[in-house]
Parts: sequence; C-alpha cells; structure tokens
Amino acid sequence: MEVKIKGMKHEDFKDNAYIDKLVDELNATGANVMVGKLDQLINWGIANSLWPLCFGTSCCAIEFMSLGAARYDMARFGFEVARNSPRQADYIMVQGTIVHRMAPVLRRLYEQLAEPKYVIACGGCAVSGGPFKNSYCVVPGVEHILPVDVFIPGCPPRPEAMFYGLMQLQRKIKVQKFFGGVNRQEKINDFFAKHPEERGRID
Amino acid sequence: MFNFGIWTSEFNNFLMGFLPDWLTVVVECVIIALLVLLTYTVLALFYILYERKLCAWFQCRLGPMRVGKWGVLQVFADMFKILIKELISLKDTDRFLFKLAPYIVITSSVVMLACLPWGNGLQIIDYNIGIFFILAVSSVGVLGILLAGWASNNKYTLIGAMRSGAQMISYEVSLGLALITIVVFAGTMNINELVWEQESAWFIFRGHIPAIIAFLIYIVAATAETNRGPFDLPEAEHELTAGYHTEYSGIHFGFFYLAEYLNLFIVSGIATLMFLGGWMPLHIPGWDGFNNVMNWIPSIVWFIGKSFFISYVIIWFKWTFPRVRIDQMLSFEWKYLMPLSLANLVLMAVCVALGWHF
Amino acid sequence: MSDIQERISQLCPSATFEEGETLMVNVEEKDWYGLAKALKETKGLEFDVLSAVIGMDWKESLGVIYYLTSTSRGWEMIAVKVQVTDRVNPMIHSVSDLWKVANFQEREVYDFYGIKFINHPDMRRFFLRNDWKGYPLRKDYDADPKLNPIPTEDEKNEDDTVSYVEGKDGKIKAVPGKVFEENDYVVNIGPQHPSTHGVMRFRAAVDGETVKKVDVVSGYIHRGIEKLCEGLTYPQALHFTDRMDYMSAHQNRHCLCMCIEKAMGLEVPRRAQVIRVMMDELMRISSHLLSFGCTAMDLGATTAFFYGFREREMVLDIFEKTCGARMSMNYNVIGGVIADIHPDFVKDVKELIRIMPERLKEYHKVFSGNIIAMNRLKKVGHLSKEDAINYDITGPSGRGSNWSCDCRKVHPYSIYSELDFEEVLLDGCDSYSRYMVRMKEIEQSCKILEQLVDRIPEGDIRAQVPKVIKLPKGRWYQQVEASRGTFGVYIESTGEKNPYRLHFQSPCFNLVGVMNLTCSGYMIADLITIGAALDFVIPDIDR
Repeated sequence: MEVKIKGMKHEDFKDNAYIDKLVDELNATGANVMVGKLDQLINWGIANSLWPLCFGTSCCAIEFMSLGAARYDMARFGFEVARNSPRQADYIMVQGTIVHRMAPVLRRLYEQLAEPKYVIACGGCAVSGGPFKNSYCVVPGVEHILPVDVFIPGCPPRPEAMFYGLMQLQRKIKVQKFFGGVNRQEKINDFFAKHPEERGRID
Repeated sequence: MFNFGIWTSEFNNFLMGFLPDWLTVVVECVIIALLVLLTYTVLALFYILYERKLCAWFQCRLGPMRVGKWGVLQVFADMFKILIKELISLKDTDRFLFKLAPYIVITSSVVMLACLPWGNGLQIIDYNIGIFFILAVSSVGVLGILLAGWASNNKYTLIGAMRSGAQMISYEVSLGLALITIVVFAGTMNINELVWEQESAWFIFRGHIPAIIAFLIYIVAATAETNRGPFDLPEAEHELTAGYHTEYSGIHFGFFYLAEYLNLFIVSGIATLMFLGGWMPLHIPGWDGFNNVMNWIPSIVWFIGKSFFISYVIIWFKWTFPRVRIDQMLSFEWKYLMPLSLANLVLMAVCVALGWHF
Repeated sequence: MSDIQERISQLCPSATFEEGETLMVNVEEKDWYGLAKALKETKGLEFDVLSAVIGMDWKESLGVIYYLTSTSRGWEMIAVKVQVTDRVNPMIHSVSDLWKVANFQEREVYDFYGIKFINHPDMRRFFLRNDWKGYPLRKDYDADPKLNPIPTEDEKNEDDTVSYVEGKDGKIKAVPGKVFEENDYVVNIGPQHPSTHGVMRFRAAVDGETVKKVDVVSGYIHRGIEKLCEGLTYPQALHFTDRMDYMSAHQNRHCLCMCIEKAMGLEVPRRAQVIRVMMDELMRISSHLLSFGCTAMDLGATTAFFYGFREREMVLDIFEKTCGARMSMNYNVIGGVIADIHPDFVKDVKELIRIMPERLKEYHKVFSGNIIAMNRLKKVGHLSKEDAINYDITGPSGRGSNWSCDCRKVHPYSIYSELDFEEVLLDGCDSYSRYMVRMKEIEQSCKILEQLVDRIPEGDIRAQVPKVIKLPKGRWYQQVEASRGTFGVYIESTGEKNPYRLHFQSPCFNLVGVMNLTCSGYMIADLITIGAALDFVIPDIDR
C-alpha cells in the first residue's frame, strides 16, 4: 500500500524504507475490506486535521509562529487551529529545550492530550538536547519522557522543514489502524488494576 | 414569489392519503427533526470553513487549500477527527453536569434554528410570540456555559463561565430592547407576520432613524451574545487558554464549537428577519419592474444571502478589533448601550404614535 | 587616586581597590550594607542603578560582584566585590531594599552558589527546582546525573519560602513564610500558556478579576548556559548568545565579541563595525515587529499579528541571504563578522527602509489607533521613572517611563557616536508608551540604516586573530543596547583559553522583576497586556 500525500510524490520523501516497513508490518495480518475502508476514511480525517497544541519553549516557537504567518501559512494544510487546551489538540510539537523543571509539566501535558495523540520533537534541543546537551539540567531529547513520532532536526528548523515533518506525520497516520489497534478499554482496566483507589473518582 | 408552502402541503396531503392523522404528524415530525439536524450540521460546517477562509483573506493568507478543492473538505476532516477523539472524564468533578452542559448549549441553538423563517412557506413553528420565544430559548444557552465552567473544576473555566454569564445576561437587555423596538414598530411578534409587514420595504428603511439605531445596537449586542470578538472574553485564548470549554475534548468540545458557529448564523438570521426583511426580496415602493425582478430570486436565497452578509460583518469585527476588558465591556453595556436602547425605544414609540414612518 | 576612590575610602576605610577596566572596590562583608547605603544615598555619588549582580566562586572563597552605575555622574560605573570564606553556610547582606532589582538577582546567586542573603524577603531558588541538590555554578559541583535525575513529579511545597533575618543582637534566624496568604484564590498562568511568550509561570492571587499579587516562577527553560560556557573556548561560547534572546541575537553576540575584543585589545575593521551596527538595527526592527505582533495577538487582534510578521519576513530574508539562517544567525565572530554581505544586501535594506514608514502607519490604523486597543493599553501597568531606575528597567520599557537609558547614547560603543538618531522618550509610564516607544524606535533604526546603507566602507570584514584565543588575566564588563534593554557581559579570565566565569546580564531578567509591581491592582486581562508590552523573552531570563 502506498501512502499518498497531496503534492508530494513517494520519491520526494527521504528514507522511505522506514515507512514502507511500517506498512508491511501493519498489513502482515491482513485487514477486513470493510474495516480497512473505514480505517482509511478516519485516517484521512485525522491526517488532514492535525491541531497543534501551542507548546513552544524557545527559538523554534518563533519559527512555528512564522509557519502560521502569511508566507508559510500552515492553514493551507488545515493545521492552523492551534489549541491552547491540550484536551482539544491532536499533537504536541515540542519546540525548544526541555529542562528538568519543565519535564513533569511536559509529561503531564502529553497525558492530558486526548487520544489519538502524536508527538513531534522539533529542533535540535528537543531531538537530543542540542547545544545544551552537556548541561546539568537539560533533558537530552524529549524521547526520555515522551514517545516521539517524528523528529525535525535544525536549530531552529526552517518552516519548510517543519512542513516536511508534519507531512511525515501525516504519512504515519495514514497507515495506522484505528480499529483493532490500541484498545482503550484494556488500557483503562490496566490502570484501575494498578490504582484501585481511583475507581469511582474517574469513570 | 414562489411559495414553498405548496410543496409542504402537497407532501402533507400525500401522507394523509394512506396514513392515519396521528401517524402523519409523527412521520412529519421525524422528517423535520432530521432535516433540522442535517441543516444544522451542514450550516455549522459551512460556517467553520467560511470563517477560516474569511479570516485567512483578512490576514493576507489563503486558508485551507489542500483538502479537497480550495479546502472545501477541510471541515469534514475536522469533524471525522473530532468524532473519534477520546472523551476524557475528569477526576473530582460533577460528572453529570459536565456531560450535560454541551447538550444544553447545542439544544438551545437547535431550537432557535428551528424558529427561523427560511423562505416563503418554509417555516417550522409559527407562533404568535415567535420572536419572544427565540429570545427566551437563546438565554438557555448561557446556562450550559455556566454549567460547563462550573463542572470542569478548573479555575480558567470558572472565570470564563462567570465572565460569560455576566456578559450574556447584560447584553441580553440591549438585544431584547433592540428587538422590542422593532416589535413596537411592527405591532406583532409573529415571525410570519413580521416578514409580510416588510413587503413594501424592509424595517430598517421603513423605521428610518430609530430602526437604524436599533440595528446597530442589535449587531453589537449580538456580537457579545455569541461571544465573538471583540467580546470574546469567555474564551479569551490569551488569558484563559480556552475559556469555559478548556476541559472538554472530543465531540463534547465539538458541540461547543458547532454551537458557537451556528449561533453566529442564528443571530444573523434574526437580524435579517427583524431588520432586513427576512426572506422578503428587496422591494422599493413604486419600482414595480425592479420588484418583479427581485421576486424572481427564490426567497430562501434571500434569507441565506442576507444572513451570510451579516455574519460576514460580525466575522470582520472579530478579526479586526482587539478584545475589550471585562469592566470596560460591562460599563459599555450598562452606561451607554442600555440607556441608548431605552431612549431609542421611546423614540420609536413616538414615531409610531405620530406616524413618522414610511 | 581618583575622586571616587577617595570618597569611598572616607566612607569605608577598610575598603581596598583594584585598578582595572572599571574601579573595583574590595569590601568586607560586615561593611558591605553600610557602604551600599552610602553609595546609593550620599550626595555626589548617587549610584542609583545596580547594573549587575554576579555570583562568583574563587575556590577559596565565594562572593558577589556588584556593578553600580551612577546616572548623575555621567553613567560612571564601579564594581564592588564582597567575599565570604565560609563555603558551608555563606551569608551576605542583601541590598534588595536599596535596589529592588537585587531581589531576583540575589535569588539567582543563591540558586547558583548557595550564598544566602541576610534580610532578603524571599530566599527561594529561582531557576532550579526547590528539591535540587547542590549549587551548580560552584566549581566543586557534582554533576552526577544520579543526584538530580530527570524528575517525574511536580515540585512540592511551592508556597514555602524562607527569609534570613538579622536580629538586633546580630544573630541570624531563619524565618519560614508563605508566598500567598491562606485564603488567596491563586490562578496559575503558565508555564504552558499562550500569552507568556514562552515558558514563564506566573501565579497570580486574584480578588474577583483583580490581581493582588503576582509570584514569578522562572526556570522552565533554564539551560545553564553560564556553566556550559566555562567549559568551552571563547569562539565556542559565542553561539549561546544567539539562543538566549533570540530576538536580539546580533546585539548579544556583538556584546560578547566586543567584550572579548576589548580584553584582547583587538581593533575591529571599519567595514565589520558598520556591518555589525546595521545588523543590530535590522535585528531591532525585526524584534519590535514581533513585539508588535505579539502585543496585538495578546489583545486578540490577530490580524495585526500577521501584518507584523509580513514585514518581519523581509528582515529575515536579508539575514538569510547574508548569514545563511533565518534565526540563530551566528554571524558575529571575534574580530569581525564571519562572511561578507550578500550582493543584494544594500538593495534589500533600501527596500525595507522605503516601505517601513507607510507600514507603520498601517499598523497604527489597524491596531494602536483603535479605541479598544488604546483603552486596553493606556493607564495600564504604571511604572514610574523612579521605579524604572530602581528596578533597572532599561530598553523601550524604561524609555516608556521617560528614563533616558539608551546605551547607544549614554556610553556609545562601536560607531554609534558618529550616527545621527534620537533616543525615543515618552512619559506615559504605561503600556501604551512602551508600545509606542517600540514603534518609534523602528523609525529611528531605519534612520540609522539609511545613514549607513550607502556608506559601507571597503576593507576587511575580519581582523587577524590567533588560532587559539586566550585572554589575559583580568575581568571585563561590556554593555550594549539589545532590543529589550541593556545587555551586559562579564568575563573573568585566569589567562586560559576558556573563561573562568562568563555572566550574561540580561534585560528581560529585570523586566520580569516588575511584574508584581506593575500588575497589582489591575485585572487578569491586564496582566497579559502588561506582559506583552514589557515584552520579555523567556530564554533570555532563564539563560
């Protein structure tokens, strides 16, 4: 199965091996045609309506503002509905360095996002700690606290690079499985098994 | 002018032909309910795209372009996504009220939508107190917002909800007075009669100065009622993250989102009905040729076109003006807008009593 | 012996002096508070500005260097050095009651070096978590990540503070306290909040919608740049300046380069100087445009934000052509600039100068001329001139309070003394004045660019510098006018190829210090606009 992104050919992307492998793995078990079609429809919806959570800590956030401004205009892709409440956002784009004091906050923001949720590490600092890697209080890459879907290197990345990263995220979303994927109910049961005292406070 | 009532009564007769009376009513109610909900969704989706495109053009951008031709499918993608988004339940909150709130908001706006006259003969409920009913239902929406803010157990939402309560209750006074001014002029609250009263010319022309003042007051108050800029304090993004719906996710948020846009259409619709003749085409007394040409345009197009135009003006406000502060907003209402609308009401009464109108 | 030295000897006979770039006064801890009071209040001295508070670790002793400036003596600067040898429980008297700016500065020193300040009202850590182990900028700091692992839980007891109060008998007692009163309704704004322009966190106690007190919690982007610099050579340390206040990248880097060049005694070619100044002014325009956009956006006028960004892209294009990057340009190097200007540079700058005046009019029309914007900004966030000086609020915010504090005028550096421009001063003391100063400064920057654009001299863009740069033993302090105020760099060298101590005195650090003062009594919505009009950049505060 080939993942189609409007205006970008398969060979326009670099390192397609990874995404091809992902597709093969996902399709190894095969899918019901009906469910497959539904999945495609829903994935089309999610991929084309990625609402970011405003989360910028430093320089990359300014470039993200440029991304929203008239020249680059991420509204063209439907990404412009930046939500300030994590409940309504779809992905968190970590723009900038994450330090020790910020780490629990970021983790909590991630947990506050509603499923399905994605993480983009944007900029050298978020990818690996960047120039501040050796510092005493910098988290060397957000991967230490969050599962990251797409890395966008650069210091700060150009808006074009951010678009490229977002398109890669779209590609990943387009091959995911909504039905028969992660079962939320199982997750919730697991949580209650671990924290029985919370039963009744949350449903 | 084509009367859509012919279609509806024919359909009624057709159903009556093979169904008992009670079943006919049930079937018609179900069909109408479905139609209303469908119209609601389609209109709301259209409005989301409309605003996003308009604001993009105001800001020298293009707006959604990539999903479908010129981005027309963008809102459908958004809706699919919102539908499957997780609904998060919160710890230590009043769960029943939390879940009830979005339904109250959306119900109030659906009921208001059902009252609008869409075209000649295209109206669902025709009360003798139609406009009064609309006003009454519109104030139920604020209850949902207050509940949402209260039940979320969050300081931002609470402040947002309190602001919203103060704002909507205050501006409802001016809104109501502006509409009463027209009711005084027309002498009726029945929606159908209100439209037919404007056959010779729209109220805004017939009632000249007091009607124009009432129209301006109405537009300001309506902007505040729908929580739109420059009165978007309840969800002031840069102060309260997302205001009263900060804690809502998934379709619950979707309800607030849809209702927000649809309320915009509804207040535009009411402005159209009360000031710009509802579905009545533009008639100029004495110009019969012109009036006949105008009558060729279907009444539903007139209604929707005029509503979209007023929405355009309100959207224009939002993307141009900075936001006011809560104290400025309240003092504007109670110190300027309300006395002005009271004075205007008196002026209108005088005009009507002395026959100073067209 | 200079006049000032004589007078200080009279005030404090035990003081010793070190000659250097600025006069350094060594004073014992017990005499320090008395001397500070005298320096501030004695007629004829009147050191009314505390320009920098720099914590130091000299291995055998810990201490603080204070840079004091006297505006009445033509911005004369002296440094005062206070040392304590106790490394376990070092204590120095606080001067936060004399210079309010010292409040946060001393908390920073406490955070980095563990020096406790006696009589300081609120001795909490500033940048690091309150459960952090050790004092990172001490030379014997144990950087083992096991001691301070990446935390997963929020901080506990955020409200607890402590104050070390000196009793009448001279005994020092730790008095615990609370930041907020018991029944305060505290609204937490940040660290992830759209209006904080980054990751600053304000905790505001409110009464209805009126703000009673603002507690600033910083450090959500504290990256320990000063400590990192100590391990790097001078050319390597340069790149951090672009990532502190990314909206004053050129000016900050210019400052560090000048400080190093001053220490090396290096003459920068004229062409490089002109290019540097032009870049500084372009940066200032871009920064003020961003500030315009963000102020408008915080007030809900989203469209104005896009207008500001439209022109900012033009400036970024100029940068990109010459420096190769839109942000984090890394353009200045020791001895000059890294690359020659692009052939289009002159043309592009001229185009920018041509369109800016009419665009500024457009901004006024779309945003600040609007009655709502005026009502939101005027008479909001009052900051008197005295407070501005006491809190050392420089830059457009200080000049909005009618304080003439432009470094380019009061002690000109580079080629600024040859240029004809005005220092914009407004006396509204409110958010609107601060905003208007920025808009007028864009005009002045255009004026500077206009004078230079046709007169870029031919010549080298870089002086010859040795491969390995070592500074002689000594200490240097250099200030420039960054986009948001006076940016200072302090270098202490022991003659090695890396600095012994590199301190950045950032303007935004002081700006955030007046948030409590300017916001108290106004509404929550005003807190946002006051923040926007002060226009701080968080990575510059946290460093």
